[in-house]
Amino acid sequence: MKTTITVNGEARTLDVDPRVTLLDALREHLRLTGSKKGCDHGQCGACTVLVNGVRINSCLSLAVMHDGDQVTTIEGIGTAETLHPMQRAFLTEDAFQCGYCTPGQICSALGMLAEVAENWPSQETADLTAKIAFTDDELRERMSGNICRCSAYPQIVAAIRSAAGELA
Amino acid sequence: MTSVIDWETTPNPVKENRAGIIGKAVDRYEGPLKVTGTAPYAYEVEPPSPPAYGVMLSAPIAKGRITGVDTAAAEASPGVLLVWTYRNAPAQGPRPARYDFFTPSPRPALESDQVYFFGQQVAVVVADTLENATAAAALVNLTFEDGAKAVIFHDHYDEAVDPPGEKDVEIGDFEQAFAAAPVKVDDVWRTPLQNHCQMEPCATTAWWEGDHLTVHTSVQMVRFAQNSLAETLMLPHKNVRLLTRYVGGGFGGKGSFYEDLVLASLAARELGRPVKVALSRQQMMHGTVHRPATEQHVRLGATPDGVLTAMSLMTITHCDRRGNFTEHASNFARNLYAAPNRLTGHRLVRLDLPVASAMRAPGEASGTLSLEVAMDELAEKLGMDPVELRIKNEPPTDPETGKPFSIRQLVRCMKEGAQLFGWDRRLPTPGQVRDGRWLVGLGMAAAIRGNFLLPAKASFTVDADGVITVKQGMTDIGTGTYTVLAQIAAETLGVPLGDVRVEIGDSELPPAPGSGGQFGAATAGSAALDAGMNLRKAIAELAVGDAASPLSGGDPAQVTFQDGVIAIANRSERLSDLIRRNRPDGLTADGEVRPAADAGQWSSHTYGAHYVEVAVDPVTGEVRTRRMLGVFAAGRILNYKTARSQLTGGMIWGVGSALTEGNVVDARYGSLINQDLAGYLVPVQADIGEVEAIMLDEVDDKANPMGIKGVGELGISGAGAAVANAIYNAVGVRVRDYPITPDKLLAALMAAGR
Repeated sequence: MKTTITVNGEARTLDVDPRVTLLDALREHLRLTGSKKGCDHGQCGACTVLVNGVRINSCLSLAVMHDGDQVTTIEGIGTAETLHPMQRAFLTEDAFQCGYCTPGQICSALGMLAEVAENWPSQETADLTAKIAFTDDELRERMSGNICRCSAYPQIVAAIRSAAGELA
Repeated sequence: MTSVIDWETTPNPVKENRAGIIGKAVDRYEGPLKVTGTAPYAYEVEPPSPPAYGVMLSAPIAKGRITGVDTAAAEASPGVLLVWTYRNAPAQGPRPARYDFFTPSPRPALESDQVYFFGQQVAVVVADTLENATAAAALVNLTFEDGAKAVIFHDHYDEAVDPPGEKDVEIGDFEQAFAAAPVKVDDVWRTPLQNHCQMEPCATTAWWEGDHLTVHTSVQMVRFAQNSLAETLMLPHKNVRLLTRYVGGGFGGKGSFYEDLVLASLAARELGRPVKVALSRQQMMHGTVHRPATEQHVRLGATPDGVLTAMSLMTITHCDRRGNFTEHASNFARNLYAAPNRLTGHRLVRLDLPVASAMRAPGEASGTLSLEVAMDELAEKLGMDPVELRIKNEPPTDPETGKPFSIRQLVRCMKEGAQLFGWDRRLPTPGQVRDGRWLVGLGMAAAIRGNFLLPAKASFTVDADGVITVKQGMTDIGTGTYTVLAQIAAETLGVPLGDVRVEIGDSELPPAPGSGGQFGAATAGSAALDAGMNLRKAIAELAVGDAASPLSGGDPAQVTFQDGVIAIANRSERLSDLIRRNRPDGLTADGEVRPAADAGQWSSHTYGAHYVEVAVDPVTGEVRTRRMLGVFAAGRILNYKTARSQLTGGMIWGVGSALTEGNVVDARYGSLINQDLAGYLVPVQADIGEVEAIMLDEVDDKANPMGIKGVGELGISGAGAAVANAIYNAVGVRVRDYPITPDKLLAALMAAGR
């Protein structure tokens, strides 16, 4: 099926098998392998990308569902030479070890900050009407869909805090 | 032969650390690639031509045989290039009757009609796309004869035997001393099967050029996998090049390799095009390896003033039908506390379960979950502080062998940890601290993990730009290998970190054993240091023998290396100038390390102390880890940033082992009921509160020429026990069957009438 997806600002037209997930379209068809396949079941978050600015598990979505969508992957966030503040913070705080969950963590963190900015509540949010107090518990709850088996969780909190301050 | 005395007495640049690069908390060498998603893991490497995709099919029985094979529908399915079962898989090297972790040997895939465990790979389909291969794999029709199986560990204790070549170790007369002890602990702990759950599933991209194979795969041990693969394919070792430059987590589970490597290689040869094969998350659970379950019986006997007179830790564990792996959960107890009468040992049951093998801190990770809780129980019975009890039983020399310790700062770890954590605020009587709906408790445990050094090689090259390239067939599984090798090179050759390149993860490079057993940094790093020292020597000799060099005619032993400049007193030139004039193609030196002949004369370990604060909801049984502090002594630290991450990561693994992790075996099928990341609960962000790891200043100059040790496994050792002890302090009940899930904790609370 012909599908046109704007990936990292560039319109890409794919002729894909309707069974191809968005994740496999990115990895195998567009050779954007920064988005990772950790479970293929929406359980680990390694495949997290931003679709129209919202974070999703790209393994749980078919490519053909995204005709006309704007997809941002880790490759669209920054390069090794010009790191995005979130990427730089992950590097500085050592918020990863093996690095396999990292692109998903970074995309998820950016999506999460946007959700907080728009006052979307989480399980940790006590008062649904007030402006969200962006506590560490809020941050941890909102980042719990991204597993890091190396368990860089404290460093990830520090990195997101640092980048959030810079991005605010 | 090398002697430990040489290591102690010979100065080297790492010890001197003149530029201050050793220990420095520098960012990860490969970090910019990882945070931008541009580090290619095995399945992402671009092959020379478009790849075909392999999908494997796994056995749905634990023991028996394949009785029927119908692949017609799969073969007729769109895009299918090849379907293999045992009936038509290519000939491969024969599997040895028993195999171990370090000896390369053939690991044939699809070798026979026999099924040895649930999830064994029994077929592979290769197609033009992943979707076509996945669909066709569902059409492969295999029938099985289901044999009688033994899969429930606790039902087969009566079949337990001594592990091969092992006997119990008894010092003194344990039974008599225990019987006579006025204060006793006598309890049994159970730990479940656990799975590594590396984020990157095992995967391989393979292609051939003539009779030479190139494979990119995800393994911890380069040479082991390369040799074993070549022997499986019945090829000379040199015909196989194995690369594993980025590994998405290992933790012991990628110490070996699996059918993805063998079948991608065979299929690529058969089809004459590159082939990629990955395991699914479910296949990772069954088809790789796991940490086996244990039952541990701890008996402690003490005098009323807290002196241990008798100590025993006996472990029953299991491995697969064809394996030999033993979870040595009792071993660490031989080195930890003084007690004149001691008994430790293991029993092994062979089961029709998937393959048991090493997982982060094999032995200590499981064993500390019993003994370090037993010590907490003993402290309570004695009315002593748990830290005080441990200090009271601190041995002056190795309690089992009498050998001197290379260095042991366990007491200092415990004391400094207690102070930093605020241990004095702990109330010894449980259940006294309430915070809203939570009961709050503090717990501690000691940490110990062995220290190892294996043979390894490395090479260093300096080029005409003064850039040092480190080459080693080593791996970085997230441990920081790239970074610490770069630091060792920069400090040894006196160049800025930015002038070092590191090439690892390639079987064409000088061999190192790989990553495992927390021996990686010491082993690979010591070989690298030796290569660096040899390169210094070669550079110095080149300089003093070069009439055009300001250093000409000097004493090569007086040459100094600093900021990319070589000098003898006030005569100097840039290293790059010397090399450009004399060796425009670069100058290379090799190095190696071997264990010292007399290393066995010392008892060498890494140590630590864990302090944990938990909150327990006595109504729901929910446990929250609020605060963790670990204080560790692990030799000289090469990089405080990456070492700290290794330690905090291990500590969080301890939380998982205490609270959530465990595979449940399905008695009907011999499968693991929870076989994905929604069922097997590794810690996530919300499970973890504040975590800090402190590293004491230490040099273990008997461990290796750099005086370093490992930290990758120390962090988990004891961490789960500290969580369990904190739970007891919070609510006053003990659950000795890990993980301590809310259902078990609630049952214990109700049984205790709380």
